[in-house]
Amino acid sequence: MQQYVVRRLLLAVPTLLALSVVIFVMLRIVPGDPVDVYVTIAQVGRLDDEERANIRKKLGLDRHIAVQYGVWLRGVFTGDFGQSLRYQVPAWDVIKGRIPVSIQVGLMGLVIAVLLGIPLGVISAMTQDGWLDQTLRFISLLGLSMPSFWVAILIVTVLIRLFFWIPPLIYVSPFDDFTGNMSQFIFPALVLGFNSSAFILRMTRSSMLEVLREDYVRTARAKGLRERVVIFRHTLKNAFIPVITVIAFQVPLMIGSMVVIETVFNLPGASRYMSDAIIDRDLTVVQGLVMLTGILVAISNLAADLLYGWLNPRVRYE
Amino acid sequence: MARVVESPITRVDSWVGWANAVARFSRRKPLGAVAALALLIVLLLAIFADLVAPYNPIAQDSFAVFQPPGGAHWLGTDNLGRDVYSRIIHGSRVSLIVGFGAIAIGCITGGILGLASGYVLGALDLTVQRVVDVLQALPTLVMAMVVVAALGPSLMNTTLALGIVMIPQAVRVVRASTISIRETEYITAARAIGASDMRIVILHTMPNAVAPFIVLATALLGAAVLTEASLSFLGLGVPEPTPAWGSMLSKFGAEYARQTPWIVLSPGIAISVTVIAFNLWGDALRDILDPRLRGA
Repeated sequence: MQQYVVRRLLLAVPTLLALSVVIFVMLRIVPGDPVDVYVTIAQVGRLDDEERANIRKKLGLDRHIAVQYGVWLRGVFTGDFGQSLRYQVPAWDVIKGRIPVSIQVGLMGLVIAVLLGIPLGVISAMTQDGWLDQTLRFISLLGLSMPSFWVAILIVTVLIRLFFWIPPLIYVSPFDDFTGNMSQFIFPALVLGFNSSAFILRMTRSSMLEVLREDYVRTARAKGLRERVVIFRHTLKNAFIPVITVIAFQVPLMIGSMVVIETVFNLPGASRYMSDAIIDRDLTVVQGLVMLTGILVAISNLAADLLYGWLNPRVRYE
Repeated sequence: MARVVESPITRVDSWVGWANAVARFSRRKPLGAVAALALLIVLLLAIFADLVAPYNPIAQDSFAVFQPPGGAHWLGTDNLGRDVYSRIIHGSRVSLIVGFGAIAIGCITGGILGLASGYVLGALDLTVQRVVDVLQALPTLVMAMVVVAALGPSLMNTTLALGIVMIPQAVRVVRASTISIRETEYITAARAIGASDMRIVILHTMPNAVAPFIVLATALLGAAVLTEASLSFLGLGVPEPTPAWGSMLSKFGAEYARQTPWIVLSPGIAISVTVIAFNLWGDALRDILDPRLRGA
């Protein structure tokens, strides 16, 4: 088991390195001159070639791309993600304040998704093809098909028009003002959770239906166990195995949704800043955020596999 | 009593045969048929957008900004006085071109890679798997954002970006079915009579791997349309003035939503209906083409 974890981690390292090279090269071919981002708008027109060359030199952009990559990579291992082109401070300083916001939205969304998806999936399977099942399946189809930013826009509009809700303009930490923080985070988390719960509901339902057809469930019924025991002790436990993996695989999907949801709710999160930094062409910040995302995705994939092996004794990793 | 099981896929040689096949499909999968009809309507609207749309979708009218729905403008006008209904009709083009284009690029590239790596295995397979790992190391939307940033936003580049992020899933599905087909007796038999690798792959492996491939492609269509909408919403999709459903909902749209909700209502409905239709159609196809999942 330990060996398996080590091997998986070792396999993740070259993938992340390759990813960093690909992203590094792609961001260097972004149209436009990074110098334009570095200087203020007023300065852009007034720069002569020599000044431009000096700034390029200062930013290390005059060196060969491989050298630039080497410098960047060496920096990453010492916690230095390079200078933000736009803010002229270390990129990490721009990123770090935004991470707790995204973690809070993500965790709240995940909890809501699980609390909605699993019980509703079980109910859906228990009432297979009944009206309740049909309704739940339709709602989960909506969750899969409606763009989450649109749902977010509708919620903001309804809250403002009907309840005169005014979104707090600046971020409030949960440790300073819990209620204020919740009024900021609960709606984005609900939109995120609704979207993800649809996947979890579908998986729970089909996994339950599959397990209900197993021989051991028939045996449990045949020996006269109460339906409640059959469901809770024999079916649910086994049906959860694939569901847990689906939950872990929600992480990359959620990061994607959070980019747009944080934008609509005007939350200063790290996911949203990925698109903002791309539009601002603050390439060092983009590179840093993208690498953090890659690491998070790799960890969640590993967690999914480990949980699967832990829950299912029939699968043992060598 | 013997029950006659109608095969949903039969050889159709004539118009009557086609009509029968359609009727049989509709009987078995009414929801799938409704979805197919909805998609056909969207497709026709996209093709004949110029004839259907009452106004030029990019014509601005400073005397008619923020008109509510009704009267001359069925779905109202936006902040620049552009007719929302005409923009919705024309916006279907972007969604469908990007959706189908991305699937064509992603599934064909992924399909060929999956077929080759699953059939040859060995070093080629390992290489392809590592490339797929890298492509899958980021959420699809984030990967698509970076690709669009590198190439610059345009219809072509958005399509290409979404095509690239679809490759890994196509590789996985096709590779898995190729590997399982590889072990079957008819492949051994083909090899025994001296068929070349090329012949085996094209005549024996591909036709048998096509069903899960089609199921995947349909499922990805909805995802591609949704991701394109997200990109356009973020301002990283097809640039203005081309009308796209996602950019109609962009930051500016959200700001106006408080006073003029019709601007944000109809594009969202258009996206949702199209994606629901793709998903329902995909589910119906999956049930018919993949017997293992029937009833699940």
